[in-house]
Amino acid sequence: MKKDTTGFWYVVKSLLSGLRLTWSHFRKANKRRTPEYVSDANYFKQDDGLVTLKYPYEAIPVPDNGRYRLHNEIDDCIVCDLCAKICPVNCITIDSVKATEDIGTTSDGTKKRLYAPTFDIDMAKCCYCGLCTTVCPTDCLTMTPVYDFSEVDIKNMVYHFTDLSPEQAEEKKQLFAKQQEEMAAAKAAALAARKKG
Amino acid sequence: MPYLWGNKIIVMLAFLLTLGALLGVVIVLAYAERKVAAFMQDRMGPTEAGPQGSLQVMADVLKLLQKEDIIPAAADKKLFKLAPILIFAAVFAGFAVIPFAPSLVPAGIGIGVFYLLAVVSLDVVGLLMAGWGSNNKYAMLGAMRSVAQIVSYEIPAGLAILSAVMVCQSLDFQEISYQQGALMNQFPGMEYDMNWLFGIRELGINTTTIGGITTWNIFRAPILLVSFVIYFIASLAESNRAPFDIPEAESELVAGFHVEYSGFRFAVLFLAEYSMMVLVCLVAVILFLGSWNTPLPNIGPVALAYWTSGTVGELSGILWGIFWLLSKTFILLFLQLQLRWTYPRLRADQLMHLCWKVLTPVALAVVLVAGIWRMLMI
Ligand code: SF4
Ligand code: SF4
Repeated sequence: MKKDTTGFWYVVKSLLSGLRLTWSHFRKANKRRTPEYVSDANYFKQDDGLVTLKYPYEAIPVPDNGRYRLHNEIDDCIVCDLCAKICPVNCITIDSVKATEDIGTTSDGTKKRLYAPTFDIDMAKCCYCGLCTTVCPTDCLTMTPVYDFSEVDIKNMVYHFTDLSPEQAEEKKQLFAKQQEEMAAAKAAALAARKKG
Repeated sequence: MPYLWGNKIIVMLAFLLTLGALLGVVIVLAYAERKVAAFMQDRMGPTEAGPQGSLQVMADVLKLLQKEDIIPAAADKKLFKLAPILIFAAVFAGFAVIPFAPSLVPAGIGIGVFYLLAVVSLDVVGLLMAGWGSNNKYAMLGAMRSVAQIVSYEIPAGLAILSAVMVCQSLDFQEISYQQGALMNQFPGMEYDMNWLFGIRELGINTTTIGGITTWNIFRAPILLVSFVIYFIASLAESNRAPFDIPEAESELVAGFHVEYSGFRFAVLFLAEYSMMVLVCLVAVILFLGSWNTPLPNIGPVALAYWTSGTVGELSGILWGIFWLLSKTFILLFLQLQLRWTYPRLRADQLMHLCWKVLTPVALAVVLVAGIWRMLMI
């Protein structure tokens, strides 16, 4: 039988149940949801209480495999240019200069042979596909959990990761050019000596 | 005592005090409205301005005061400028006859109830002026809806008030207040009056000195409980509150008759709206819920009613009176807020159906029964 949904007392009852509902929410307003990630066992157990997240002050943790702002640990970068090549939107710009002396190894023991006078990633162009992080041989290019990095000036969206100042970069270039000259001179001298001999 | 007409300074003082108290109550109410709404919807409401966002209303008011006072080029400037002031003045004038405590009433006139109904109706003129003066079809429509609604609902509200007046046999708010408590015999002219349980003398239970909730109008003559419900519903419609807020359905429209207003004038309209809420709740408390009387009855030697009433004419009496009146008013105001966030808005035809086909006939019947009940009381 269909429930009788007319009549005075039914209406009164439904009006009262409406008030009861809002009142129960009002009463539970002293409780608040805690910002927990969806995988947390508690996530679905917090049925009542205020759901508002005071965002800049608190945030729900992002997933571990989430793809957000890139970071390059330049000390571990061997400047192999693989990331720039794979990037579908060409937002990584790398300049490299060969080192003249031994510049050490990365933390995983790979030998470093190149300086990077420019290592720029334009986060405004980046589509956060994460391809660059998968190809990076030394795992120095990674995704961080930072997603709130809006800027007033779009130029600030270009992140510079190089650890060389322009002067240092110039110096390294000179050094390399000089070394090349010296090597060319030595080669020429050796050639001349061989001809003579 | 209540008749302060001779002394202009005291009248002025009463005016300023009432205005100040009203502003205070309205600020608390506007803040409560946001917080209560938020809590009922599992939100947090204002949190940034001041502790728990308590300065939010101040910030809003400051913002409104700084804004440019825009008067549309095509508006009827005189009407447009005057309307908010008239609306607020009409509502504020209603507060003049509200007894705040046993010996505290700004203007204790004998026909207070009549005066209140009359002066608050002036509000309608202000609404029409605002709507017409704006020279905007939406403002005009909003004003006509507001006015239609307020005028219609004044009838059941008036009838509900009438039934209370018939039971009390008085148009003086202060006399009505005294009747609803243990202090009744201290009112000049009512020294020998008596209250009977449920207003039925035949039951033989004299509640005159018991006071408390047993002498509130809704207990003195239980038929007034129905009047109270009718009055409360009608008062919601009169102050354009949800679920009767068609004229300015916030979630659907920009605003009703005040769509063209900005800055200070808008603030005044806003103030008038909240003052109206406070006023209708005060009237409901005074007429039906025991006015400034304590809800605690005297039980034999445990004279709770006397302990929580203070002495008439002294500071204790005034403070207790204001305390009880305001706490009851705030409970009703809370109910108004809760209703707003619980019930869906009525359609215009449902609104009129409720008024003319339900509330008005019931109110008429209640007036009749109240008249008969009055005969049981004597
Ligand atoms: S995440 Fe994708 S788009 Fe962004 S820099 Fe890496 S490869 Fe380019
Ligand atoms: S792929 Fe890795 S190591 Fe190679 S240039 Fe890019 S960041 Fe450096």
